Amino acid sequence: MKYRLALLVSIFIYCISFSLNAQSYQNAEHHPCLKCHSQQSYSFHNSVTNLEMKRLMNPYYILDTVAMTSGVHKQFDCTDCHSSEYGTYPHQANLKLEPLSTCLDCHGGDASFAKYQFERIDEEFKKSVHYKAYGDNFTCTKCHSQHTYRATARTSDNVLEIVDYSNKMCLSCHNDMKKYKLVSGHDNPKLVQIHEWLPNQELHFQHVRCIECHTEVVDSLMVSHDILPKEKALRKCVECHSANSRLKASLYKYQNLQKRSEKGDLNTVLANESYIIGSHQSPILKLASIIIFLLTLVGIVIHSVFRILKKK
Amino acid sequence: MSATEKIYFYPLWLRIWHGFNALGIITLIFTGISMQSSIESAQIVGFNIIVNIHNIAGTVVTLSYFIYFIGNIVTPNGKYYIIKPQGFLKKPIKQAIYYAWGMFHGMKAPFPISEKRKFNPLQKYIYIIVMYMAVPVVIVTGIALLFPEIIIDKIYTFSGVFVTAILHSAMGFFISIFLIIHLYIASIGKSPIDNFKSIINGWHQAH
Repeated sequence: MKYRLALLVSIFIYCISFSLNAQSYQNAEHHPCLKCHSQQSYSFHNSVTNLEMKRLMNPYYILDTVAMTSGVHKQFDCTDCHSSEYGTYPHQANLKLEPLSTCLDCHGGDASFAKYQFERIDEEFKKSVHYKAYGDNFTCTKCHSQHTYRATARTSDNVLEIVDYSNKMCLSCHNDMKKYKLVSGHDNPKLVQIHEWLPNQELHFQHVRCIECHTEVVDSLMVSHDILPKEKALRKCVECHSANSRLKASLYKYQNLQKRSEKGDLNTVLANESYIIGSHQSPILKLASIIIFLLTLVGIVIHSVFRILKKK
Repeated sequence: MSATEKIYFYPLWLRIWHGFNALGIITLIFTGISMQSSIESAQIVGFNIIVNIHNIAGTVVTLSYFIYFIGNIVTPNGKYYIIKPQGFLKKPIKQAIYYAWGMFHGMKAPFPISEKRKFNPLQKYIYIIVMYMAVPVVIVTGIALLFPEIIIDKIYTFSGVFVTAILHSAMGFFISIFLIIHLYIASIGKSPIDNFKSIINGWHQAH
Protein backbone atom coordinates (compact mmCIF):
# COMPACT_ATOMS: atom_id res chain seq x y z
CA MET A 1 0.00 0.00 0.00
CA LYS A 2 2.81 2.31 0.97
CA TYR A 3 4.63 1.60 -2.26
CA ARG A 4 1.50 2.19 -4.25
CA LEU A 5 1.02 5.56 -2.60
CA ALA A 6 4.64 6.46 -3.23
CA LEU A 7 4.24 5.47 -6.86
CA LEU A 8 1.09 7.55 -7.24
CA VAL A 9 2.76 10.56 -5.68
CA SER A 10 5.80 10.24 -7.91
CA ILE A 11 3.59 9.88 -11.02
CA PHE A 12 1.69 12.95 -9.86
CA ILE A 13 4.88 14.95 -9.43
CA TYR A 14 6.15 13.73 -12.80
CA CYS A 15 2.95 14.85 -14.53
CA ILE A 16 2.95 18.18 -12.73
CA SER A 17 6.54 18.80 -13.76
CA PHE A 18 5.61 18.18 -17.42
CA SER A 19 2.57 20.38 -17.25
CA LEU A 20 4.57 23.09 -15.52
CA ASN A 21 7.14 23.08 -18.27
CA ALA A 22 4.52 23.13 -20.98
CA GLN A 23 2.79 25.86 -19.05
CA SER A 24 5.94 27.93 -18.97
CA TYR A 25 6.35 27.70 -22.76
CA GLN A 26 2.79 28.77 -23.20
CA ASN A 27 3.23 31.74 -20.87
CA ALA A 28 6.52 32.82 -22.30
CA GLU A 29 6.54 36.16 -20.53
CA HIS A 30 6.82 34.36 -17.19
CA HIS A 31 9.59 32.00 -18.31
CA PRO A 32 13.06 33.12 -17.16
CA CYS A 33 14.58 32.57 -20.62
CA LEU A 34 11.65 32.99 -22.95
CA LYS A 35 10.53 36.29 -21.52
CA CYS A 36 13.44 37.68 -23.56
CA HIS A 37 14.03 34.94 -26.16
CA SER A 38 10.50 34.93 -27.52
CA GLN A 39 10.38 38.70 -27.99
CA GLN A 40 11.71 41.12 -30.58
CA SER A 41 13.25 43.23 -27.80
CA TYR A 42 14.27 42.77 -24.20
CA SER A 43 14.81 44.99 -21.17
CA PHE A 44 17.26 44.82 -18.31
CA HIS A 45 18.63 46.98 -15.53
CA ASN A 46 22.13 48.21 -16.27
CA SER A 47 23.84 48.17 -12.90
CA VAL A 48 26.81 50.20 -14.20
CA THR A 49 24.82 53.16 -15.51
CA ASN A 50 21.88 52.45 -13.23
CA LEU A 51 19.53 52.74 -16.19
CA GLU A 52 16.66 50.59 -17.51
CA MET A 53 17.85 49.44 -20.95
CA LYS A 54 15.77 48.16 -23.86
CA ARG A 55 17.48 46.41 -26.73
CA LEU A 56 16.66 44.46 -29.87
CA MET A 57 16.96 40.69 -29.66
CA ASN A 58 19.22 38.98 -32.19
CA PRO A 59 16.61 37.56 -34.62
CA TYR A 60 18.39 34.18 -34.73
CA TYR A 61 17.91 33.87 -30.96
CA ILE A 62 14.16 34.47 -31.00
CA LEU A 63 12.27 31.24 -30.39
CA ASP A 64 8.86 30.32 -31.73
CA THR A 65 7.11 29.37 -28.49
CA VAL A 66 4.00 28.11 -30.28
CA ALA A 67 6.06 25.66 -32.35
CA MET A 68 8.02 24.69 -29.22
CA THR A 69 4.90 23.47 -27.44
CA SER A 70 4.25 20.96 -30.25
CA GLY A 71 7.89 19.96 -30.79
CA VAL A 72 9.29 16.55 -29.87
CA HIS A 73 11.33 18.07 -27.03
CA LYS A 74 8.50 20.07 -25.52
CA GLN A 75 8.82 18.42 -22.10
CA PHE A 76 12.36 19.71 -21.64
CA ASP A 77 13.24 23.02 -20.13
CA CYS A 78 15.96 25.25 -21.62
CA THR A 79 18.51 24.44 -18.93
CA ASP A 80 18.08 20.70 -19.45
CA CYS A 81 20.36 21.18 -22.47
CA HIS A 82 21.83 24.66 -22.01
CA SER A 83 23.99 25.57 -19.04
CA SER A 84 22.14 26.72 -15.93
CA GLU A 85 24.60 29.62 -15.83
CA TYR A 86 22.52 31.23 -18.54
CA GLY A 87 20.27 32.18 -15.63
CA THR A 88 22.25 35.39 -15.17
CA TYR A 89 22.39 38.37 -17.50
CA PRO A 90 24.60 39.47 -19.23
CA HIS A 91 25.36 35.85 -20.11
CA GLN A 92 28.99 34.90 -19.61
CA ALA A 93 30.94 34.97 -22.86
CA ASN A 94 32.60 31.59 -22.34
CA LEU A 95 29.20 29.88 -22.20
CA LYS A 96 29.20 30.11 -25.98
CA LEU A 97 32.15 27.73 -26.12
CA GLU A 98 30.41 25.09 -24.06
CA PRO A 99 29.72 22.00 -26.14
CA LEU A 100 26.02 21.19 -26.41
CA SER A 101 24.68 17.67 -26.50
CA THR A 102 24.36 16.20 -29.97
CA CYS A 103 21.34 14.15 -30.98
CA LEU A 104 23.28 10.91 -30.67
CA ASP A 105 24.29 11.74 -27.09
CA CYS A 106 20.72 11.07 -26.06
CA HIS A 107 19.26 9.07 -28.92
CA GLY A 108 22.23 6.89 -29.82
CA GLY A 109 22.47 3.34 -28.50
CA ASP A 110 19.12 3.56 -26.76
CA ALA A 111 16.70 0.68 -27.33
CA SER A 112 13.68 2.95 -26.93
CA PHE A 113 14.80 4.99 -29.94
CA ALA A 114 15.91 1.97 -31.98
CA LYS A 115 13.09 2.29 -34.50
CA TYR A 116 14.39 5.72 -35.55
CA GLN A 117 17.75 4.15 -36.48
CA PHE A 118 19.79 7.15 -35.34
CA GLU A 119 23.12 5.35 -35.83
CA ARG A 120 22.31 4.44 -39.41
CA ILE A 121 21.14 7.98 -40.08
CA ASP A 122 24.49 9.18 -38.76
CA GLU A 123 26.35 6.78 -41.06
CA GLU A 124 24.33 7.93 -44.06
CA PHE A 125 24.77 11.58 -43.13
CA LYS A 126 28.56 11.19 -42.97
CA LYS A 127 28.46 10.30 -46.70
CA SER A 128 26.34 13.31 -47.58
CA VAL A 129 27.40 16.49 -49.32
CA HIS A 130 26.45 18.42 -46.18
CA TYR A 131 29.01 16.62 -44.04
CA LYS A 132 31.67 16.88 -46.73
CA ALA A 133 31.16 20.64 -47.02
CA TYR A 134 30.95 21.56 -43.34
CA GLY A 135 32.15 18.58 -41.34
CA ASP A 136 31.03 18.27 -37.74
CA ASN A 137 29.82 21.87 -37.83
CA PHE A 138 26.90 20.58 -39.84
CA THR A 139 24.89 19.32 -36.90
CA CYS A 140 21.52 17.60 -37.08
CA THR A 141 19.96 20.82 -35.87
CA LYS A 142 20.89 22.61 -39.09
CA CYS A 143 17.83 20.89 -40.57
CA HIS A 144 15.97 19.50 -37.54
CA SER A 145 15.45 22.36 -35.14
CA GLN A 146 15.86 20.85 -31.71
CA HIS A 147 13.44 23.43 -30.32
CA THR A 148 10.51 22.89 -32.63
CA TYR A 149 11.05 19.67 -34.60
CA ARG A 150 8.04 17.44 -35.20
CA ALA A 151 8.34 13.92 -36.65
CA THR A 152 5.76 14.79 -39.30
CA ALA A 153 6.57 11.91 -41.64
CA ARG A 154 5.67 9.48 -38.86
CA THR A 155 2.79 11.28 -37.24
CA SER A 156 0.93 13.00 -40.07
CA ASP A 157 -1.37 11.14 -42.42
CA ASN A 158 -1.40 13.97 -44.91
CA VAL A 159 1.21 13.59 -47.63
CA LEU A 160 1.05 17.26 -48.56
CA GLU A 161 1.79 18.31 -44.97
CA ILE A 162 4.75 15.93 -44.79
CA VAL A 163 6.09 17.20 -48.11
CA ASP A 164 5.69 20.81 -47.03
CA TYR A 165 7.36 20.25 -43.65
CA SER A 166 10.23 18.33 -45.19
CA ASN A 167 10.85 20.84 -47.96
CA LYS A 168 10.82 23.76 -45.55
CA MET A 169 13.79 22.17 -43.77
CA CYS A 170 15.78 22.33 -47.02
CA LEU A 171 14.52 25.76 -47.97
CA SER A 172 15.39 27.26 -44.60
CA CYS A 173 18.98 27.38 -45.89
CA HIS A 174 18.71 26.81 -49.64
CA ASN A 175 16.37 29.75 -49.94
CA ASP A 176 18.26 31.90 -47.43
CA MET A 177 21.32 33.73 -48.64
CA LYS A 178 23.03 34.16 -45.25
CA LYS A 179 22.50 30.67 -43.92
CA TYR A 180 23.47 29.09 -47.22
CA LYS A 181 26.66 31.09 -47.50
CA LEU A 182 27.64 30.24 -43.93
CA VAL A 183 27.93 26.57 -44.87
CA SER A 184 28.93 26.63 -48.53
CA GLY A 185 30.98 29.83 -48.67
CA HIS A 186 29.21 31.02 -51.82
CA ASP A 187 25.83 32.43 -52.85
CA ASN A 188 22.85 30.11 -53.03
CA PRO A 189 21.75 29.11 -56.54
CA LYS A 190 18.29 30.29 -57.56
CA LEU A 191 16.08 27.25 -57.05
CA VAL A 192 13.40 28.17 -59.58
CA GLN A 193 16.00 28.69 -62.28
CA ILE A 194 18.01 25.54 -61.72
CA HIS A 195 14.81 23.48 -61.68
CA GLU A 196 13.56 25.10 -64.88
CA TRP A 197 13.90 21.82 -66.78
CA LEU A 198 11.31 20.20 -64.52
CA PRO A 199 7.82 20.25 -66.05
CA ASN A 200 5.07 21.58 -63.74
CA GLN A 201 7.72 22.78 -61.33
CA GLU A 202 5.37 24.28 -58.77
CA LEU A 203 3.27 21.15 -58.62
CA HIS A 204 6.32 18.97 -58.17
CA PHE A 205 7.54 21.19 -55.33
CA GLN A 206 4.20 20.90 -53.56
CA HIS A 207 3.83 17.16 -53.94
CA VAL A 208 7.34 15.76 -53.92
CA ARG A 209 10.00 16.15 -51.27
CA CYS A 210 13.36 17.57 -52.34
CA ILE A 211 15.03 14.50 -50.82
CA GLU A 212 13.15 12.25 -53.23
CA CYS A 213 15.53 13.26 -56.02
CA HIS A 214 18.47 14.60 -53.99
CA THR A 215 19.26 11.57 -51.84
CA GLU A 216 20.36 8.02 -52.29
CA VAL A 217 17.08 6.31 -51.42
CA VAL A 218 17.56 3.29 -49.20
CA ASP A 219 14.65 0.93 -48.94
CA SER A 220 15.31 0.02 -45.32
CA LEU A 221 15.58 3.56 -44.00
CA MET A 222 12.54 5.79 -43.80
CA VAL A 223 14.32 8.99 -44.70
CA SER A 224 17.62 8.82 -46.46
CA HIS A 225 20.21 11.23 -45.08
CA ASP A 226 22.81 10.79 -47.78
CA ILE A 227 22.17 14.08 -49.58
CA LEU A 228 23.86 13.83 -52.97
CA PRO A 229 25.89 16.48 -54.76
CA LYS A 230 23.78 18.27 -57.34
CA GLU A 231 25.39 16.45 -60.28
CA LYS A 232 24.03 13.19 -58.94
CA ALA A 233 20.47 14.43 -58.40
CA LEU A 234 17.75 12.56 -60.22
CA ARG A 235 16.70 14.00 -63.56
CA LYS A 236 14.86 11.11 -65.15
CA CYS A 237 11.07 11.36 -65.29
CA VAL A 238 10.64 7.61 -65.52
CA GLU A 239 12.33 7.02 -62.20
CA CYS A 240 9.11 8.21 -60.60
CA HIS A 241 6.64 7.99 -63.46
CA SER A 242 6.82 4.27 -63.90
CA ALA A 243 5.31 1.07 -62.65
CA ASN A 244 8.33 0.54 -60.46
CA SER A 245 8.44 4.06 -59.13
CA ARG A 246 11.30 5.21 -56.99
CA LEU A 247 8.74 6.97 -54.81
CA LYS A 248 7.42 3.62 -53.69
CA ALA A 249 10.64 3.10 -51.79
CA SER A 250 10.26 6.23 -49.72
CA LEU A 251 7.51 8.30 -48.17
CA TYR A 252 4.73 6.84 -50.27
CA LYS A 253 5.61 3.31 -49.33
CA TYR A 254 5.45 4.12 -45.63
CA GLN A 255 2.23 6.04 -46.06
CA ASN A 256 0.74 3.15 -47.95
CA LEU A 257 1.82 0.57 -45.38
CA GLN A 258 0.57 2.70 -42.52
CA LYS A 259 -2.81 3.23 -44.16
CA ARG A 260 -3.13 -0.40 -45.16
CA SER A 261 -2.77 -1.43 -41.56
CA GLU A 262 -5.50 1.04 -40.61
CA LYS A 263 -8.05 0.65 -43.36
CA GLY A 264 -7.53 -2.63 -45.16
CA ASP A 265 -6.24 -3.34 -48.64
CA LEU A 266 -8.99 -2.34 -51.05
CA ASN A 267 -9.52 1.08 -49.60
CA THR A 268 -5.80 1.79 -49.70
CA VAL A 269 -5.57 0.88 -53.35
CA LEU A 270 -8.41 3.23 -54.22
CA ALA A 271 -7.71 6.01 -51.76
CA ASN A 272 -4.00 6.15 -52.40
CA GLU A 273 -2.95 9.76 -52.25
CA SER A 274 0.33 9.06 -53.88
CA TYR A 275 -1.10 8.79 -57.35
CA ILE A 276 1.40 9.66 -59.99
CA ILE A 277 0.98 9.52 -63.69
CA GLY A 278 2.41 6.46 -65.32
CA SER A 279 2.36 4.02 -62.50
CA HIS A 280 -0.27 1.34 -62.36
CA GLN A 281 -1.37 2.31 -58.88
CA SER A 282 -4.64 0.49 -59.20
CA PRO A 283 -3.92 -3.18 -59.98
CA ILE A 284 -7.61 -4.11 -59.82
CA LEU A 285 -8.48 -1.75 -62.65
CA LYS A 286 -5.45 -2.89 -64.61
CA LEU A 287 -6.56 -6.51 -64.37
CA ALA A 288 -10.16 -5.61 -65.26
CA SER A 289 -9.01 -3.68 -68.31
CA ILE A 290 -6.88 -6.57 -69.55
CA ILE A 291 -9.82 -8.99 -69.13
CA ILE A 292 -12.26 -6.68 -70.97
CA PHE A 293 -9.73 -6.15 -73.76
CA LEU A 294 -9.15 -9.89 -74.21
CA LEU A 295 -12.89 -10.66 -74.14
CA THR A 296 -13.42 -8.06 -76.87
CA LEU A 297 -10.75 -9.65 -79.02
CA VAL A 298 -12.12 -13.16 -78.42
CA GLY A 299 -15.63 -11.96 -79.36
CA ILE A 300 -14.34 -10.40 -82.57
CA VAL A 301 -12.32 -13.47 -83.52
CA ILE A 302 -15.31 -15.80 -82.96
CA HIS A 303 -17.59 -13.49 -84.96
CA SER A 304 -15.06 -13.24 -87.79
CA VAL A 305 -14.73 -17.01 -87.97
CA PHE A 306 -18.49 -17.34 -88.37
CA ARG A 307 -18.50 -14.60 -91.00
CA ILE A 308 -15.81 -16.38 -92.99
CA LEU A 309 -17.56 -19.73 -92.66
CA LYS A 310 -20.93 -18.26 -93.64
CA LYS A 311 -19.32 -15.96 -96.21
CA LYS A 312 -20.97 -12.87 -94.78
CA MET B 1 -33.99 -0.39 -103.06
CA SER B 2 -31.62 -1.22 -105.87
CA ALA B 3 -28.23 -2.69 -105.14
CA THR B 4 -26.41 0.23 -106.71
CA GLU B 5 -28.29 2.99 -104.93
CA LYS B 6 -25.98 5.53 -103.37
CA ILE B 7 -26.78 7.87 -100.53
CA TYR B 8 -24.63 10.90 -99.70
CA PHE B 9 -24.36 10.04 -96.05
CA TYR B 10 -21.36 11.86 -94.67
CA PRO B 11 -21.16 15.60 -95.45
CA LEU B 12 -17.73 17.19 -95.76
CA TRP B 13 -17.71 18.81 -92.29
CA LEU B 14 -18.55 15.49 -90.73
CA ARG B 15 -15.76 13.72 -92.58
CA ILE B 16 -13.27 16.41 -91.57
CA TRP B 17 -14.35 16.09 -87.95
CA HIS B 18 -14.24 12.31 -88.16
CA GLY B 19 -10.72 12.44 -89.64
CA PHE B 20 -9.33 14.74 -86.94
CA ASN B 21 -11.15 12.81 -84.26
CA ALA B 22 -9.89 9.44 -85.51
CA LEU B 23 -6.25 10.53 -85.76
CA GLY B 24 -6.49 12.35 -82.42
CA ILE B 25 -8.12 9.47 -80.57
CA ILE B 26 -5.66 6.92 -81.97
CA THR B 27 -2.74 9.15 -80.92
CA LEU B 28 -4.30 9.60 -77.48
CA ILE B 29 -4.77 5.87 -77.02
CA PHE B 30 -1.20 5.03 -77.91
CA THR B 31 0.37 7.86 -75.94
CA GLY B 32 -2.05 7.17 -73.08
CA ILE B 33 -1.06 3.52 -72.88
CA SER B 34 2.57 4.58 -73.06
CA MET B 35 2.11 6.99 -70.14
CA GLN B 36 0.38 4.31 -68.10
CA SER B 37 3.39 2.05 -68.48
CA SER B 38 6.11 4.53 -69.27
CA ILE B 39 9.00 2.31 -68.31
CA GLU B 40 8.44 0.10 -71.34
CA SER B 41 8.06 2.92 -73.82
CA ALA B 42 10.75 5.18 -72.40
CA GLN B 43 13.35 3.45 -74.53
CA ILE B 44 11.55 4.55 -77.72
CA VAL B 45 10.23 8.04 -76.93
CA GLY B 46 10.86 10.02 -73.76
CA PHE B 47 8.08 10.38 -71.22
CA ASN B 48 7.92 14.18 -71.46
CA ILE B 49 7.62 14.04 -75.26
CA ILE B 50 4.80 11.50 -74.97
CA VAL B 51 3.05 13.78 -72.47
CA ASN B 52 3.34 16.72 -74.86
CA ILE B 53 1.98 14.70 -77.78
CA HIS B 54 -0.89 13.49 -75.60
CA ASN B 55 -1.70 17.07 -74.54
CA ILE B 56 -1.65 18.34 -78.13
CA ALA B 57 -3.77 15.44 -79.44
CA GLY B 58 -6.18 16.02 -76.55
CA THR B 59 -6.54 19.67 -77.54
CA VAL B 60 -7.17 18.68 -81.18
CA VAL B 61 -9.87 16.20 -80.15
CA THR B 62 -11.46 18.78 -77.83
CA LEU B 63 -11.61 21.39 -80.59
CA SER B 64 -12.91 18.88 -83.12
CA TYR B 65 -15.54 17.80 -80.60
CA PHE B 66 -16.97 21.30 -80.81
CA ILE B 67 -17.25 20.94 -84.60
CA TYR B 68 -19.16 17.72 -84.03
CA PHE B 69 -21.33 19.16 -81.27
CA ILE B 70 -22.23 22.35 -83.13
CA GLY B 71 -22.54 20.47 -86.44
CA ASN B 72 -25.15 18.20 -84.93
CA ILE B 73 -27.13 21.20 -83.74
CA VAL B 74 -27.04 23.32 -86.88
CA THR B 75 -27.24 20.59 -89.54
CA PRO B 76 -29.83 17.82 -89.96
CA ASN B 77 -27.21 15.26 -88.89
CA GLY B 78 -28.32 15.62 -85.25
CA LYS B 79 -31.66 13.96 -85.94
CA TYR B 80 -29.99 10.56 -86.36
CA TYR B 81 -29.18 10.60 -82.66
CA ILE B 82 -32.73 11.03 -81.42
CA ILE B 83 -34.12 8.04 -79.53
CA LYS B 84 -37.83 7.34 -79.44
CA PRO B 85 -39.30 5.71 -76.33
CA GLN B 86 -41.08 3.20 -78.54
CA GLY B 87 -39.12 -0.08 -78.44
CA PHE B 88 -36.46 1.53 -76.26
CA LEU B 89 -34.90 -1.82 -75.36
CA LYS B 90 -36.52 -4.12 -77.91
CA LYS B 91 -34.97 -2.46 -80.94
CA PRO B 92 -31.29 -2.59 -79.88
CA ILE B 93 -31.76 -6.15 -78.60
CA LYS B 94 -33.19 -7.13 -81.98
CA GLN B 95 -30.12 -5.63 -83.66
CA ALA B 96 -27.78 -7.43 -81.25
CA ILE B 97 -29.51 -10.75 -81.97
CA TYR B 98 -29.08 -10.04 -85.67
CA TYR B 99 -25.31 -9.52 -85.27
CA ALA B 100 -24.86 -12.55 -83.05
CA TRP B 101 -27.17 -15.03 -84.73
CA GLY B 102 -29.47 -13.66 -87.43
CA MET B 103 -26.87 -12.60 -89.95
CA PHE B 104 -25.52 -16.13 -90.09
CA HIS B 105 -29.01 -17.62 -90.52
CA GLY B 106 -30.21 -15.70 -93.52
CA MET B 107 -32.05 -13.05 -91.49
CA LYS B 108 -32.33 -9.66 -93.18
CA ALA B 109 -30.95 -6.65 -91.34
CA PRO B 110 -33.85 -5.60 -89.08
CA PHE B 111 -33.07 -1.89 -89.43
CA PRO B 112 -31.66 -1.35 -92.92
CA ILE B 113 -29.85 1.90 -93.41
CA SER B 114 -31.70 4.58 -95.35
CA GLU B 115 -31.70 8.34 -95.66
CA LYS B 116 -34.03 8.45 -92.69
CA ARG B 117 -32.04 6.00 -90.60
CA LYS B 118 -28.29 6.38 -90.66
CA PHE B 119 -27.61 4.27 -87.58
CA ASN B 120 -29.23 1.07 -86.46
CA PRO B 121 -30.67 1.29 -82.91
CA LEU B 122 -27.76 -0.47 -81.21
CA GLN B 123 -25.26 1.70 -83.06
CA LYS B 124 -27.25 4.82 -82.15
CA TYR B 125 -27.22 3.97 -78.43
CA ILE B 126 -23.51 3.26 -78.39
CA TYR B 127 -22.69 6.43 -80.34
CA ILE B 128 -24.73 8.48 -77.87
CA ILE B 129 -22.99 6.89 -74.89
CA VAL B 130 -19.55 7.40 -76.42
CA MET B 131 -19.99 10.84 -77.98
CA TYR B 132 -22.25 12.48 -75.41
CA MET B 133 -21.02 10.82 -72.24
CA ALA B 134 -17.58 9.18 -72.46
CA VAL B 135 -15.87 11.77 -74.69
CA PRO B 136 -17.15 14.79 -72.68
CA VAL B 137 -15.98 13.11 -69.45
CA VAL B 138 -12.56 12.45 -70.97
CA ILE B 139 -12.34 16.04 -72.18
CA VAL B 140 -13.36 17.56 -68.84
CA THR B 141 -11.08 15.30 -66.78
CA GLY B 142 -8.29 15.84 -69.30
CA ILE B 143 -8.53 19.62 -68.94
CA ALA B 144 -8.62 19.17 -65.16
CA LEU B 145 -5.43 17.11 -65.25
CA LEU B 146 -3.76 19.77 -67.36
CA PHE B 147 -4.62 22.31 -64.65
CA PRO B 148 -4.56 20.15 -61.52
CA GLU B 149 -4.86 23.16 -59.23
CA ILE B 150 -8.56 23.40 -60.18
CA ILE B 151 -9.24 19.87 -58.91
CA ILE B 152 -10.66 19.67 -55.40
CA ASP B 153 -8.16 18.17 -52.96
CA LYS B 154 -10.34 15.45 -51.54
CA ILE B 155 -13.41 13.61 -52.71
CA TYR B 156 -14.55 11.88 -49.52
CA THR B 157 -11.30 10.15 -48.53
CA PHE B 158 -9.97 9.93 -52.06
CA SER B 159 -7.43 12.26 -53.55
CA GLY B 160 -9.12 14.46 -56.15
CA VAL B 161 -6.31 14.07 -58.65
CA PHE B 162 -6.41 10.30 -58.22
CA VAL B 163 -10.16 10.10 -58.86
CA THR B 164 -9.87 12.41 -61.87
CA ALA B 165 -7.01 10.41 -63.31
CA ILE B 166 -8.79 7.09 -62.78
CA LEU B 167 -11.94 8.47 -64.41
CA HIS B 168 -9.87 9.82 -67.29
CA SER B 169 -8.05 6.57 -67.97
CA ALA B 170 -11.15 4.40 -67.40
CA MET B 171 -13.14 6.44 -69.92
CA GLY B 172 -10.15 6.47 -72.26
CA PHE B 173 -10.03 2.69 -71.98
CA PHE B 174 -13.77 2.46 -72.68
CA ILE B 175 -13.31 4.59 -75.81
CA SER B 176 -10.42 2.33 -76.90
CA ILE B 177 -12.69 -0.73 -76.63
CA PHE B 178 -15.35 1.19 -78.56
CA LEU B 179 -12.80 1.95 -81.28
CA ILE B 180 -11.88 -1.71 -81.69
CA ILE B 181 -15.55 -2.74 -81.98
CA HIS B 182 -16.31 0.31 -84.17
CA LEU B 183 -13.60 -0.70 -86.64
CA TYR B 184 -14.72 -4.31 -86.63
CA ILE B 185 -18.42 -3.55 -87.12
CA ALA B 186 -17.45 -1.16 -89.92
CA SER B 187 -16.05 -4.15 -91.75
CA ILE B 188 -19.55 -5.67 -91.87
CA GLY B 189 -20.81 -4.28 -95.16
CA LYS B 190 -21.17 -5.22 -98.76
CA SER B 191 -17.47 -5.85 -98.70
CA PRO B 192 -15.22 -5.45 -95.66
CA ILE B 193 -13.77 -2.14 -96.90
CA ASP B 194 -17.05 -0.66 -98.11
CA ASN B 195 -17.80 1.41 -95.03
CA PHE B 196 -14.22 2.64 -94.81
CA LYS B 197 -14.51 4.01 -98.35
CA SER B 198 -17.79 5.71 -97.43
CA ILE B 199 -16.36 7.70 -94.55
CA ILE B 200 -13.69 9.03 -96.91
CA ASN B 201 -15.77 9.85 -100.01
CA GLY B 202 -19.05 10.48 -98.22
CA TRP B 203 -21.18 8.11 -100.33
CA HIS B 204 -22.81 5.11 -98.80
CA GLN B 205 -23.74 2.18 -100.99
CA ALA B 206 -27.05 0.89 -99.82
CA HIS B 207 -27.62 -2.80 -100.08
